[in-house]
Amino acid sequence: MAEELLRERFEIQGRNFEKAGEVSGEIKVILRDLGLDPGCIRRLVIVSYEAEMNVVMYAERGALTLVVSDEDVGLEIADTGPGIPDIELALQEGYSTAPDEMRELGFGFGMGLPNMKKNSDEFRIESDVGVGTRVFAKVRLNPHA
Amino acid sequence: MTLAEIRDLFQCDVLSGEDDLALDVRDVLVSDGMSEILAFAKSRELMITGLTNILSIRTADIAGVAAVLYCRGKSPEKKSIAFAREKGIPVLVTKWLMFDICGVLHAKGLKGAS
Repeated sequence: MAEELLRERFEIQGRNFEKAGEVSGEIKVILRDLGLDPGCIRRLVIVSYEAEMNVVMYAERGALTLVVSDEDVGLEIADTGPGIPDIELALQEGYSTAPDEMRELGFGFGMGLPNMKKNSDEFRIESDVGVGTRVFAKVRLNPHA
Repeated sequence: MTLAEIRDLFQCDVLSGEDDLALDVRDVLVSDGMSEILAFAKSRELMITGLTNILSIRTADIAGVAAVLYCRGKSPEKKSIAFAREKGIPVLVTKWLMFDICGVLHAKGLKGAS
């Protein structure tokens, strides 16, 4: 049974592009201070950053919970927003519903969810249209164990 | 190739990381799409982009790139430069176009990250 070492919850504001990415930057510092493997940190913060950007771009608000154990680092991101009608379609590279306004900011090219899945050892999305989306991701501290 | 050589080659202004120009880069990431940068970043690449908002530096930090080169003479926002300095990420700006930069770097033996 994995031993939980740290659990921290962060609020994310929808549509606040000035603060977008701050939570993931903070998580990177926390994980580095814990002395975790840089490769695991990079994968985890990419998942966190893409998830955070999705909340900022699409949702009204959301929360990200970081859970560090002696075996893995987990993320739970839950938002209040439009939800995803077809998750399988949303996971295809290049598929995007983002408006041009978001593309001008460098996001919304249909790579976010595939990037999150690629960098996770465990990845799951649940969504209710008109209610919100929940993303669960885990990165193992030693993927070869 | 060092950042100092890249500065000289493309007549860059150095906006952050003036003391880190001896840093050596071998792989290059090129895109205005930040998720593409994240998709192909492995470690310590040179990131070339025309996107100059603060999210470009945020992405550079998350992706763990060695330095950012802004092309087409686009000046980054002041807060982007301040944030890059805070994170210790060298930032160079050139008037050269993205295509031409890539052609020169490729001819010099640098590789695209994939």
